[in-house]
Amino acid sequence: MAAPNATDVLLDYDEALAKYEPVLGFEVHVELSTATKMFSAAPNPAAGDDPAAPNTAVAPVDMGLPGSLPVVNAEAVRYSISLGLALGCSIAESCRFARKNYFYPDLGKNYQISQYDEPIAFEGSVEVELEDGTLFQVPIERAHMEEDAGKLTHMGGATGRIHGADAALVDYNRAGVPLVEIVTKPIFGAEHLAPQLAKAYVATIRDIVRSLGISRARMERGNLRCDANVSLRPRGETRLGTRTETKNVNSLRSVERAVRYEIQRQAAILEAGGSIVQETRHWHEDTGTTSAGRPKSDADDYRYFPEPDLLPIRPSAELVQQLRAALPESPTQFRRRLQADYGFTDSEFRDILNANVLVELEETVGAGAAPAQARKWWLGEILRIANARGVEPGSLVSPLHVSELIALVETGELTDRLARQVLEGVVAGEGSPEHVVKARGLAVVSDDSALLAAIDQALGEQPDVLQKIRDGKVQAAGAVIGAVMKAMRGQADAARVRELVLERANA
Amino acid sequence: MAGEAELVRLTAAQLAERLDRREVSSVEAVRAHLDRIASVDPDVHAYLHVAGERALQQAEHVDRDRAEGRAASPLAGVPVAIKDVLCTLDMPSTAGSRILEGWVPPYDATPVARLRSAGLVPLGKTNMDEFAMGSSTEHSAYGPTRNPWDLTRIPGGSGGGSAAAVAAFEAPVALGSDTGGSIRQPAAVTGTVGVKPTYGGVSRYGSIALASSLDQVGPVSRTVLDAALIHDVIGGHDPHDATSLEEDWPSFAAAAREGAAAGSFEGLRIGVVHQLDGAGFQAGVRQRFGEALKRMAERGAEVVEVQAPNFEYALAAYYLILPAEASSNLARFDAVRYGLRVDPGDVTVEQMTALSREAGFGPEVKRRIILGTYALSAGYYDAYYGSAQQVRTLVQRDFDACFAQADVLVSPSAPTTAFPLGEKLADPMAMYLNDITTIPANLAGVPGLGMPIGLAPEDGLPVGLQLMSPAREDARLYRVAAALEAVLEAEWGGPLLDRAPALGLHGAGGTIRSTPGTAPAPGAGTEPDGGTA
Repeated sequence: MAAPNATDVLLDYDEALAKYEPVLGFEVHVELSTATKMFSAAPNPAAGDDPAAPNTAVAPVDMGLPGSLPVVNAEAVRYSISLGLALGCSIAESCRFARKNYFYPDLGKNYQISQYDEPIAFEGSVEVELEDGTLFQVPIERAHMEEDAGKLTHMGGATGRIHGADAALVDYNRAGVPLVEIVTKPIFGAEHLAPQLAKAYVATIRDIVRSLGISRARMERGNLRCDANVSLRPRGETRLGTRTETKNVNSLRSVERAVRYEIQRQAAILEAGGSIVQETRHWHEDTGTTSAGRPKSDADDYRYFPEPDLLPIRPSAELVQQLRAALPESPTQFRRRLQADYGFTDSEFRDILNANVLVELEETVGAGAAPAQARKWWLGEILRIANARGVEPGSLVSPLHVSELIALVETGELTDRLARQVLEGVVAGEGSPEHVVKARGLAVVSDDSALLAAIDQALGEQPDVLQKIRDGKVQAAGAVIGAVMKAMRGQADAARVRELVLERANA
Repeated sequence: MAGEAELVRLTAAQLAERLDRREVSSVEAVRAHLDRIASVDPDVHAYLHVAGERALQQAEHVDRDRAEGRAASPLAGVPVAIKDVLCTLDMPSTAGSRILEGWVPPYDATPVARLRSAGLVPLGKTNMDEFAMGSSTEHSAYGPTRNPWDLTRIPGGSGGGSAAAVAAFEAPVALGSDTGGSIRQPAAVTGTVGVKPTYGGVSRYGSIALASSLDQVGPVSRTVLDAALIHDVIGGHDPHDATSLEEDWPSFAAAAREGAAAGSFEGLRIGVVHQLDGAGFQAGVRQRFGEALKRMAERGAEVVEVQAPNFEYALAAYYLILPAEASSNLARFDAVRYGLRVDPGDVTVEQMTALSREAGFGPEVKRRIILGTYALSAGYYDAYYGSAQQVRTLVQRDFDACFAQADVLVSPSAPTTAFPLGEKLADPMAMYLNDITTIPANLAGVPGLGMPIGLAPEDGLPVGLQLMSPAREDARLYRVAAALEAVLEAEWGGPLLDRAPALGLHGAGGTIRSTPGTAPAPGAGTEPDGGTA
């Protein structure tokens, strides 16, 4: 694998769009959050929070042990049908699993059980809302069930990459995690909004699987993974151009950037009279570039054949009807409802969407916080930390913790200033807000005697202030309040301190 | 108490009765078989692994339970041999391959677990063609098994070890697996009984897969009743095997007892499949087959000829489907997690895998992996794998048509008696043709039972008859087979295996027959050719 290529020539974005029409396509892998794996009774790591020790969340079939057999997880099938329905797909009356044969050390059986010519869901469409409120229909070709592979860690060597490594360790915990792969048809007409559409599409899929409750959908953990296909064709051309498939795009921001980068990179090559190599490309978050992976041709031979260890899946009409009736509202409906319920203005709401915190905000409100408070925190301190770190706000802290934090401020146990410190602790992984308050000793001092002692000392040190207050110059109290707050290291309620200072002075 | 020599000649049913009456202990029965193994297995080589100590411990446990009135089942304490294709927690499971040498699985195959729950005591693991690919057990990485009837001949395959162990009285019963005849063909050439159940009738969980859509685990024994007793224990739904049938199965042992008691075939329509009727088969095989049909007809059966025109293509289809599935099933042997690893250092994982597979797989395994990989390749899939699946459908339809005219179908179990070791090793096609009669049942998923029907006059070696019934009608096979067995044994004056040559005590000078047909025939009047009836 080549190192990230910082020397790619890029064409100016507007110029690229003037000369070429971008055509997009996406393959999004969703790790389902079922209790157990796709084909075994091993616990499913994609459903949990803490990663298990390597090779402990495994059953014989996940390791490809001789004699082991797969058994389909019925819950995963139900999740997949719900997802297919939410994508507007038809659900197959009968579908099969197939074996995709290739050798790789992270694949215990050296074949992946997937679906090939008979996916469980096909022919759908997803409505995606762009930043300016435009609705865009993304055509879905299919959604099929498969199992995830394990993970390789390359050890030693100079580069930390596959080539040059001395050894590799394999962890099969992820092997057999249930996946649904959602494949779009070629997407035309996005034009200069193509990068934005890419981001909005993945965000929509994320919102759908979250509202269905079928995936944790944490992109940074790989619960949701996007491969972005980009091709360009000269204006007026009807045939599709050669595409590249950019992998390893693990945040919404990256999806947008990667598509933009590929458009500019491919346009520069075409402008120079070159041709695009059909290949996978790897996205590098740090440099914001893509690099060539392995060549990919349509003739990759995986020797698919129907999986003989499993029977065809035939979901009953009753089951499909039942799952259809239980579908939640679409992300667009969801947004409209929330905006109305919360009473946010269009501009306030757009900020929430742009920050990708709508679902977090809704869950925070669901946990008891007032919408305005929830908005203040997600778009304020949390977004500030997220931007500083280049991560999604939702990856920093859970909605439940944010709502706890807000409650602590509401009850006066924390001041805003203290609450920000508590948030820091929560983000740093120190536990729940309550826990951080205790561990860091951050609660507001509400013991009047401690405050009075500090006030008496401050008044004693500034006798002139005492006189001024008694003379009616109430604003002079500020100096004493400041001294007390300092003495309490900020852990006091300034309003209460003020009350006590005035009481004391006028006693 | 019976002597050891007598104990090993008891059938499982007989032994179970004596155990139940506490006339004999499981420890005694196990010890008798271990002694028998020690004395004859150096010649026969039926076993790859003998778990002597462990078997005696388990036998002790069973005896204690029985003494306390807690016998796990009527068969508790009966020893059993396990084909090495089945995973066993406490014994290596190699499937006859170098690539799995010494591998001890972390689980029991479901049929093994069910035998243990019923109190049967595993004696050890039996030899087989590597990954069950072969018809002679010569493709075992650990050397061939020899036929107890003639140590210069093959015991059939792939389950030659289980068949030979049972025929040589090294175990009363055994487990086998049958993908295209690996239970029935060894039964034919060793004068034993073997059953391939309906596909899905016995769990495949823990059976190291050869061809998943064809593999089926089944019993190997000396009598029809014993096979039925074992089938009753190992059969039935298993949630660990998605292809396992959710049937309520009748008692096969009850069916066998019914059949033996009736001794009649009144109202039974027996279909002789024209395409498997033995034209071109060894003369002695045809002769005994004809006589068996005659016996059944004399006792009320209606014998009809039925046509299965597509059976002609079954062998070709089988040798596409099997290698295709096998090439995928055997991909897991990559030296990454278990098994043989050839790692000269300074090689990539791909090279390590290639070197390990090169060293760990025998030539027949490589041949079939290459065939299967080719058959599944883009551009060839439709012509090979696709066409083979179509033939499979046609074979199933042929069976449907035949079963509209007959209750059971019959054929010789194998075209010839046991052939000499080495004779067909260099000619894969000749080896493959051995399974011509047994393969259709696997392609269609219907059950098949193989049983002895006499000795071929020209070589004095066993001849087998195959019975097939519609899927899920395994009980019918046991009923008919037990009836025929009763008729034949009455004529012979005892089991066919009584006529097998004695195997010498190891090191004490055996009676190894170096040429066929030289064994002293039993008294002419009791020649098991039915001629005295």
